[in-house]
Amino acid sequence: MSDVILEARGIDKRFGGVQALKGVALTIRSGEIYGLIGPNGAGKTTLFNVFTGLYPRDGGEVLFCGSPLNLESPHQVAAAGIARTFQNFRLFGNMTALENVMVGRHVRTRAGVFGAILRTRAERTEEAAIRRRADELLHYVGIADRADDLARHLSYGDQRRLEIARALATEPKLLALDEPAAGMNATETAALRGLIEGLRRDGLTVLLIEHDVKLVMGLCDRVAVLDYGEKIAEDVPEAVRANTKVIEAYLGTSAH
Amino acid sequence: MDTLLQQIINGLTTGSVYAVVALGYTMVYGVIQLINFAHGEVVMIGAMVAFSIITSLAGSGMPPLAIVLAGVIAAIPACMALGYLLERAAYRPLRHAPRLAPLITAIGMSIILQHLALLAWGRNPLAFPQIIDNRVFAIGGAAISSVQIAIILLSLTMMAGLSWFVYRTRFGIAIRATAENVHVASLMGVNADRVIAATFVIGAGLGAVAGVMYGSYYGIAHYTMGFSLGLKAFSAAVLGGIGNIAGAMLGGILLGLVEALGTGYIGDLTDVCRWPGAGEGTGWMGERCADGAHFVLFGSNYQEVFAFLMLILVLVFRPSGLLGERVSERA
Repeated sequence: MSDVILEARGIDKRFGGVQALKGVALTIRSGEIYGLIGPNGAGKTTLFNVFTGLYPRDGGEVLFCGSPLNLESPHQVAAAGIARTFQNFRLFGNMTALENVMVGRHVRTRAGVFGAILRTRAERTEEAAIRRRADELLHYVGIADRADDLARHLSYGDQRRLEIARALATEPKLLALDEPAAGMNATETAALRGLIEGLRRDGLTVLLIEHDVKLVMGLCDRVAVLDYGEKIAEDVPEAVRANTKVIEAYLGTSAH
Repeated sequence: MDTLLQQIINGLTTGSVYAVVALGYTMVYGVIQLINFAHGEVVMIGAMVAFSIITSLAGSGMPPLAIVLAGVIAAIPACMALGYLLERAAYRPLRHAPRLAPLITAIGMSIILQHLALLAWGRNPLAFPQIIDNRVFAIGGAAISSVQIAIILLSLTMMAGLSWFVYRTRFGIAIRATAENVHVASLMGVNADRVIAATFVIGAGLGAVAGVMYGSYYGIAHYTMGFSLGLKAFSAAVLGGIGNIAGAMLGGILLGLVEALGTGYIGDLTDVCRWPGAGEGTGWMGERCADGAHFVLFGSNYQEVFAFLMLILVLVFRPSGLLGERVSERA
């Protein structure tokens, strides 16, 4: 359980004059749920975007499964085994739920124009396998009955589940969830919690950004806290909760 | 002769060609929001290549249908290669440039291709050799020729084939995913470069066939034919909602119908002597219209106007096109 899956060292990111991330280092162990919290604007999503190759970083390095992660293209990050969801949905709204998940299979399969047109035997077999796998994933996240609905017609909670299913289709080793509970009611949050616990049971490592501190503290094995682009704590939830720096970051420093 | 039915038949014929050409514009716009103004020229080159082959084989004693087929089969890969080359050499280097840069490049490529065709085939139109016995059938007071039937059927087949490809195959799913959000699609492992190149190649292949159909319908191919055909097909794509595949098909056929009906009726409708009360009395109008004479304001030479009139109306009243949506949301 204790082998490291992702290790980040000295990650820097600047936007013009704003230092969004200052030498952030963190270690995620295989099979754990790792929480990343912090006040608004602390740099959580920025760090996420750096890990998944959406933003070029200004310094530092990321080791994934022991080897340096090539962060040049999102495609390579996905191929290496990191998948993510987005804070605001980035589903393909005009495609069905099943098709959304099928897109996720592109990381692990090769699709060609000519194969598609000629309907070779290999193509047909592979396409059937993709469809089956996509269907399984929809079952896994519990929205199999909505497979043929357009993604934009799904409810908020179901869209979140669909995004997770699509991310799982890329067969990630590390699943990064960006504020999955944002905008959810208590029932939906409880269901989401069950889903994430199930992911851990099935051996997946989860990186979780979340505003809902209660959810993070209850779910995560370890938690890191970012404030103004710097990591101020990284520990088990109980220790983080008691950390004075963390309390200051959340409640303000006027107590001095 | 039944003008209405006849013009509907003519409109369906040209309209289905517009629709097939419009698909090339709309697919490329769908994935990279570029209006590939050189597409009309790709279609023209398809017609030129096919006509050259057909002319050179015309006296060989091969069966006429086989000759035409040989022309089409030569034109398709030629245009596909051209489409690929355009994307690789002219547009891909400008993928992340401001949007005006590739647009200007597209116009430049259009002019270059036109002049290359001028150099290769000369300034005189190529005539389609009369090798096929164009039979004409009478239906309900109108005439439909075997060429028209072939054009309509072939176009519908190609449109059905493309729809199947885009909506039913895995690569089609990748194309639609890229069109919706290229960043997320590549995060899912879709190779965006390949998808974009494929849309150019597929559009050009369809365009090649459309060029041959258009040329054989009017009997000639000319190095400038891509300009007005391309502009009309582009109007059709905008009419249906650019980026929308079903919209391009609908827009093309609708545009063909409006053009044909407009051309068929504009003479009668603007004949001042047929207006109520115009032919009576002894005034200037009465004399001018005596003995059933005509005084036509707009003749069928105004054909070209209808496509663009319709484009203007759509842009004013429904800027996103008939089937289009949320154009402004694309970032």
